[in-house]
Amino acid sequence: MEGQELPYVLVDCIGGKHGVYEDHVEFLEKHFRLITMKEYLENKKFLSEKIRAVYMWYHKPVINKELLQSLPNLKIVASSGVGIDHLDLNLLSSYGVKLSNTPFVVSTDSADLGVALMLASSRRLVEGHQMAVSPDTEYFPADWLGAELSGATLGIVGMGTIGYKVAERAKAFEMKILYHNRNQRNKEEESAVGAIYCKKIDDLLHQSDFVLLSVNLTPQTHKLIGKRELELMKPTATLINISRGLVVDQDALVEALQNKVIKAAALDVTYPEPLPRDHPLLKLKNVIITPHIGSATKKTRRLMMENMVESIQAGLTGLPIPNEVSL
Amino acid sequence: ISLCGLSHGTMGGGELPGLLVNEIGGRHGILHSHLAFLKKHFYLITMKDFLESKEHMSKKVQAIYLWWHKPVIDRELLQSLPNLKVIANSGVGMDHLDLKLIASFGVKMANAPHAVSTSTADTGMALLLASARRLVEGCHIAISSGTEHCEADFLGVEVTGATLGIIGMGRIGYKIALRAKAFEMKILYHNRTRRKEQEEQAVGATYCEKIDNLLQQADFVMVVVSLTPQTRKLIGKREMELMKPTATLINISRGAVIDQEALVTALQTGTIRAAALDVTYPEPLPRLDHTLLKLKNIIITPHLGIKTDKATYMITEEAVENILAALNGVPMPSEVLPS
Repeated sequence: MEGQELPYVLVDCIGGKHGVYEDHVEFLEKHFRLITMKEYLENKKFLSEKIRAVYMWYHKPVINKELLQSLPNLKIVASSGVGIDHLDLNLLSSYGVKLSNTPFVVSTDSADLGVALMLASSRRLVEGHQMAVSPDTEYFPADWLGAELSGATLGIVGMGTIGYKVAERAKAFEMKILYHNRNQRNKEEESAVGAIYCKKIDDLLHQSDFVLLSVNLTPQTHKLIGKRELELMKPTATLINISRGLVVDQDALVEALQNKVIKAAALDVTYPEPLPRDHPLLKLKNVIITPHIGSATKKTRRLMMENMVESIQAGLTGLPIPNEVSL
Repeated sequence: ISLCGLSHGTMGGGELPGLLVNEIGGRHGILHSHLAFLKKHFYLITMKDFLESKEHMSKKVQAIYLWWHKPVIDRELLQSLPNLKVIANSGVGMDHLDLKLIASFGVKMANAPHAVSTSTADTGMALLLASARRLVEGCHIAISSGTEHCEADFLGVEVTGATLGIIGMGRIGYKIALRAKAFEMKILYHNRTRRKEQEEQAVGATYCEKIDNLLQQADFVMVVVSLTPQTRKLIGKREMELMKPTATLINISRGAVIDQEALVTALQTGTIRAAALDVTYPEPLPRLDHTLLKLKNIIITPHLGIKTDKATYMITEEAVENILAALNGVPMPSEVLPS
């Protein structure tokens, strides 16, 4: 429409370690007038009325009551990624602000990383690399071995989009697949990946060589895996977490790993991120930690950005919002 | 693997046939967990035992079981073992052996192709995924004392939907294709001979008669060939320059298949994005001043290929099956003939 101004969208910052990616800016600026928090704070009086959407990248800017109160024309918050545990949904709802996330675009990368962690842990890839490059290494010992994936049992806790994609991949490694979920999947879906439903999580924990967590963080899944669950696992089992740090009782996990209650863990997520530098998890030999890179590929992040633009545009024009999160 | 009906070879007096091994335990020796099984079928003689009482031992040795390429098989050894019938290699690669020399002494040879394929294919996929997602680098950042914040801009490349080029579509290469298919990867392959149509269709693989076509299109190039005079330095400067600058090279075959110096240059200049090597030449690489060890965009693993409890045990089982067949004069399941 002629002479129409681009909608004003609030972002935390551009570039640097946490900001909106520099190479996304061109695309974003085709559709929006981006306002950084710095700009906003410098010119609150004028900008507060103009801002109609928040582009939340990597959980920033933080949405609190103060911010919502000062943005009377805010219609929608678009949050990057699938997790929404960092948002107060009731608060947003009370201000009539809509919310969107990016649930599907992250799923293949997250599933890929889940399998990557499982392979890296079982074959001791990180340890092996350290040995291969260490200045002290003279030879590779013949009795230095890992564990095989084929024929092993994978227990998937949370068989949503991501969990199912993990199952599809694990099947090709000739793994036996068990799963635990709020609801059982239908027969075709189960037989396509050869997955067996475990109504009780205990059954899954007893039998699995690898336990992979791919649930959302909700009050029900908070500390889902604690001392009791870890003790139900095999002493030769590995825990893989690609959901949220708080799904696992971290202190109980440290103890379980130190006392060989379970064999190993591979975590893409912790609480907090990053862990304090003196945290025991950082020192354990049988732990692999990655810095929350579940969806960290160039392509996926670009798709996320494009999805978010779409959601904001729909939210601002009153059309049905793709990837809307019901509040 | 069924060992029924194959008893130990006869040596008079019901003595078990002598099996020469390099050492038991230690750096490169036969795994302790395999001993009970081996001792059921053979009288084990270590190189140390052999060298200490050559006259007595030399006639007893009917078979040799190579573990991690040792003991070294040379003319001198072959000449001193008049009753040697068979040499079984742990693993599938035979490039460390002079096949013609061994055959000239009337000694049969076997490798263990079945036992290695799954765990080696898994190793290939583990390296592909770790490299694509920068797992080792990420792990380092996650535990590094200098890390204060999460970096939003730490990015890797996608595996799902990417193009995988498999060079060498034997048993191991094919198992890699089966795995890659589950990641919705587009699969190209280059091989001496083309696979059957059904085999291609089962994994959705497209044959590239010219290796150049594969190199130009692949996001991931996985090298899974045997080392032969034809495959030595198969991937050199020219091949790496044909690859995409965003591509990753993965080697799970033998170090000598890749021109290592050319690889260093390619990685330093961004000719290719990254590499992941389970094998190098030599192994381990010399510590002093070897550039490969210091590059950021490389993952090197200590020849993990078959290093699992399961695979190593299956290798020994496969070797024993072959040895017993040779000693009993029946066809060997995986005999290797000098070509």
